[in-house]
Amino acid sequence: MEYFIQQLINGITLGGMYALIALGYTMVYGVIQLINFAHGEFFAAGGYVGAIALAYFAGVGYMDSHPVICLTASFLIAMAYCAYLAVGVEKIAYKPLRKNSRLAALLSALGMSIFLSNGMMLTQGVYDKVYPGELFQGRFDFGMISISYLQIMIVSLTAILLVSLNLLVFKTKIGMAMRATAQDKTMSALVAIGSNRIISLTFAIGAGLAAAAGIMYGLYYGSVKYDMGFIPGIKAFSAAVLGGIGNITGAMIGGLIIGMVEIFGAGYISGEYKDVFAFIILIGVLYFKPNGIMGENIDDTRV
Amino acid sequence: MIHEFKKVWKQYTIGMLWLLGLLWPMLGIHPDGTLTFQKTVTVWSYLLAGSLVCLMIYVMKASGSLRFISTPLSRTTEGLKSATAAFPSWVWIMIVLGFALIYPQFAGRYGTDVAINVLLYICLGLGLNVVVGLAGMLDLGYIAFYGVGAYTYALFNVTYGLAFWVCLPLSAFFACIAGCIVGYPTLRMRGDYLAIVTLGFGEIIRIILNNWMSLTNGPNGILGISPIGIYIPIFENGLTFEHFWVKKLEFFYYFALGLAIFAVIAVRRLNFSRVGRAWESIREDETAAELMGVNTFIYKLLAYAMGAIFAGVAGAFFAARMKFVSPESFTFLESAMVLCMVVLGGMGSIPGIILGVIALIALPEVFRELQSYRMLVFGATMIIMMLFRPSGLIPAKRMGTRSEEKES
Repeated sequence: MEYFIQQLINGITLGGMYALIALGYTMVYGVIQLINFAHGEFFAAGGYVGAIALAYFAGVGYMDSHPVICLTASFLIAMAYCAYLAVGVEKIAYKPLRKNSRLAALLSALGMSIFLSNGMMLTQGVYDKVYPGELFQGRFDFGMISISYLQIMIVSLTAILLVSLNLLVFKTKIGMAMRATAQDKTMSALVAIGSNRIISLTFAIGAGLAAAAGIMYGLYYGSVKYDMGFIPGIKAFSAAVLGGIGNITGAMIGGLIIGMVEIFGAGYISGEYKDVFAFIILIGVLYFKPNGIMGENIDDTRV
Repeated sequence: MIHEFKKVWKQYTIGMLWLLGLLWPMLGIHPDGTLTFQKTVTVWSYLLAGSLVCLMIYVMKASGSLRFISTPLSRTTEGLKSATAAFPSWVWIMIVLGFALIYPQFAGRYGTDVAINVLLYICLGLGLNVVVGLAGMLDLGYIAFYGVGAYTYALFNVTYGLAFWVCLPLSAFFACIAGCIVGYPTLRMRGDYLAIVTLGFGEIIRIILNNWMSLTNGPNGILGISPIGIYIPIFENGLTFEHFWVKKLEFFYYFALGLAIFAVIAVRRLNFSRVGRAWESIREDETAAELMGVNTFIYKLLAYAMGAIFAGVAGAFFAARMKFVSPESFTFLESAMVLCMVVLGGMGSIPGIILGVIALIALPEVFRELQSYRMLVFGATMIIMMLFRPSGLIPAKRMGTRSEEKES
């Protein structure tokens, strides 16, 4: 039983990260019906920028005196950097292809993903970049179960981000414009919603969330690598599909489920095949329930 | 010319400033708490110079300032075209074939090695072309079938001692089965879901190869695969056959050449058959194809299985050549590389794909010192091709103006 609860806590931590990445996929797919393959690279870039910023603060010496401020600043820097990156990527690689066939946009996205991950490799090196590990060393112990401070930080920050995203999308004018663009671009243009700006904003928000997940991932596992965006990217996409693509609440729930399944699968079935479970869920969902558990929310003519 | 420049300079400047802002945090912030700008500016100015040259060429081309070059150039190409048209196409095919036959005589060991790589990738690229170019389905796990073919030969050879020529159909068969297993549940999906599911399947197969220690020996791979064996007739005392291992690279080159020629002929025949037309109709408009009586599901599955067969056969050759297989050879990046070749050359076009393979295998060998930039260039190639020339270097002759559905 203790083992089960311990795994549950680990699963929630991991699932929260997947949910954050999945939101970017689901929002972008909802707005322009494109699988943004480069999204995993935004996640990795966020991890790198976080590592760079934290290392810089440690080097300057702020880290010892104001750890919380440094961490917050790193999160903000990484999120801003990835939003900036994503807006440019969208303008270069996706916007000119919006009128072309889907295959062209998909291939361009794939090329962008390879380009970005290799760009990171060239600027940051092939080897793992280690995160400063002295943050959040402590833990709570309840008998056999232990929760580290880091896990509490990750889960609570994830919750804050998810709630604020929900507020943004469902309670503000910008969110209303985003939902309108996702449903019908022509009609929303008629009521004076600039779809280009909304699409850029969607990319920026998605990439910012992915960057936050990247730092969490780096802090949790201790290091980042240039190609680390690939596998979590597919898993997060599975989560988005599981929840029903285009559906923001669905992506959050899907992310949690995928995280749980991975942790429980690794704990109870086999650790070596932990990456396989997410793919099996993806295939199963697409085969039996292609709309996902929460239902799709996109304007899309079926092939 | 000034007019054309005025149109683009703003976007260009914004783009370059964006790039500078992107590069600086990666290159200029150091863990010892110092901020430097020199390296960033150096890298950036290289990129600035390179892109400025491209921009200038583009602007001059748009404004017609390059007419003094382009007019004679187009006249020469026109002249060349009419000159080549004077000979029937089989003459050119014979010339290319003749060159391919005598190539190892003067290429040396290294050149032959590269050429074998090119030939194997031609087979792979043509197989992927069946799926992506003809049937219009994006397959990102294609290299897994290559892996299945290679492991089939490796396992049957090492465990049971079966010969290459027995294993070759087995490799094709198992790859085909794998293709059907992957294809059956996935082919009812929407185009872009298919891409990610095939990617997932490719990873699953690689993970299984990596972790099934008792069968595949895991990440260590399988060693000691025997090369291709053939029987040569000897007429010394009566007619006897002597067994002979194809160990020399030059001889193997001819087998790879045979494979590539077989692939070219097979794909060409498929393309111009009833099946090929059915695939192309599915690519252009699936609903209309179904309405016209094409059983889309069966034909899509067939395209998938056919592509897998090509990959399986190429995989068996790969295993026979390397005498060693490990899961490392069958990663996602390999799939992306084959896809990049198909995209660069032109989806659905056989000469295009051959050109694409040569460009992406042979050119990196020429620029060996820039090895680490290889994948970067591959990614950039894919984006640039999609932006400026989506039909590839040598576009297929029979390609519709629309593919899949248009956005409403």
